[in-house]
Amino acid sequence: MQLTPEKKIRGALVAATCTLLGHAAPAVADEGDWSFDSAVLYYNETDRVTAIEPVFTARRELVDDGLLDLKLVFDSLTGASANGAMPSSQPQTFTRPSGNGFYTTPVGETPLDDTFHDTRGQVSANWIRWLGTDWKMTLGGNVSSEYDFQSVAANALFARDFNKRNTTLSFGLSLESDSMDPVGGVPTPLMRMITEGSTGAVESVPNTPGLDTDDVDYRDSSESKTVTDFLVGLTQVVDRETVVQLNYNYSITDGYLNDPYKLVSVIESDPAATNYGDPLYHVYENRPDSRSRHTVYVGGKRWFDGDILNASYRFMTDDWGIDSHTIDVRYRWKFSDQQYIEPHVRWYSQSAADFYSRGLLDTDAIPTEVSADYRIGEMTATTIGAQYGYAFSENSEFRFRLEYYSQDSNESDSGSNVAIGSQQAFDLYPTVDATIVQFSYSFKF
Amino acid sequence: MKRMTRIAAVGGLLLVAITSTGCSSLGVQPWERDILAQREMLLDDESITLGLDDHIYFSKEATSGGRSFSGGGCGCN
Repeated sequence: MQLTPEKKIRGALVAATCTLLGHAAPAVADEGDWSFDSAVLYYNETDRVTAIEPVFTARRELVDDGLLDLKLVFDSLTGASANGAMPSSQPQTFTRPSGNGFYTTPVGETPLDDTFHDTRGQVSANWIRWLGTDWKMTLGGNVSSEYDFQSVAANALFARDFNKRNTTLSFGLSLESDSMDPVGGVPTPLMRMITEGSTGAVESVPNTPGLDTDDVDYRDSSESKTVTDFLVGLTQVVDRETVVQLNYNYSITDGYLNDPYKLVSVIESDPAATNYGDPLYHVYENRPDSRSRHTVYVGGKRWFDGDILNASYRFMTDDWGIDSHTIDVRYRWKFSDQQYIEPHVRWYSQSAADFYSRGLLDTDAIPTEVSADYRIGEMTATTIGAQYGYAFSENSEFRFRLEYYSQDSNESDSGSNVAIGSQQAFDLYPTVDATIVQFSYSFKF
Repeated sequence: MKRMTRIAAVGGLLLVAITSTGCSSLGVQPWERDILAQREMLLDDESITLGLDDHIYFSKEATSGGRSFSGGGCGCN
């Protein structure tokens, strides 16, 4: 397809004024034109999770001067995931989430649930429509389904241009409803996991008001949560080669926010005991039933004689006590008419949730809210890698991305009150490393 | 909560201030948009890659959203 002058002008206006808040930018296309983008992601953590995720998007210019975006995503996950429990000087046996059978963790190793396996399918659609000369409306929907989780979401976004279309103000709302049907049912929070060797009814956790042995075998079949998102954004063309964006996002999540597969270990705290430091038992985690987040995002692109700098910073704070900072920088070095290399560096840092704890002492009362999920602990994560792109023609391009991702806990063994006895010999906060490989191909006709 | 309200208020004021004053002197004329019109200058060019990254980090970290809505539609977190 050759661009007409009219199309070029419209493309320019679209490019410079679209606020792009969570929605694909409209392509410059003739009515009835289709453009496609596809990718396959391979994500592999050392000794842990492996994911393969193909994605396919299609975009069509509608006759009434609107755009329709469709997206299909499939996920296939396998491997092992940390269950939150602490290592032990004895082999540990955990019940599989289904309740059928057990898995054993060797001495001194971080307990990993090796039954992690899921397949997810997602379909989403966005309808973009210009309303007069200054307004643009985007309506979207999303449905996602996996074995133990279903999600339905709808969103609306309105954008208004100002200042010769150099400034665009946007505001939007997204509503998401999720339901969870964990394998084996929803465990009662703060109750002990039944393990091999348990006989009869497992007694209730000491010092836990409101729970007794009658609760042990009770499991809900499903739980739910809702996510409400407000988004306000400003996009500004600075000069002929620079565009910047400022977003504010307020998100409220209500409902069941636990990870039903995550545990917290209760360890022996008596120095005279032979199993000093070892887990005595494990309880299911319990998180607050609501979370509100404020996020500010600043990003932009700058053209440098054919190369492009793409940088952003994001700050998030929530009522769980987590603050985070994210810096993301990409530089697209176009070294020929058809090819480019784009190095990418991302740095992320977060503080821990107030109720995060690597484990508990048996002399302590079980807190009403506690989680040992390292993903809400204090951590720093870095991503480094690059993407190579090759344009076969104006209408088709191939891309290959290779990145390395590493998560390091900022929690220290010495600073933890549960790094006692046998735990002093173990790595309580292991690094998680992952390789990210992605093949992409886009084309239009 | 107080802190969050303050952050929201500051963010809102910043947006209004930039929209009403600071931005009016910025920008280009319609005939100066040749570079900005190129697809790779769109802020969400390669939306597939951005979406895949969002999914990875949503499942591994405690933060999502900001660039777009924060919901993930995924049970991975």
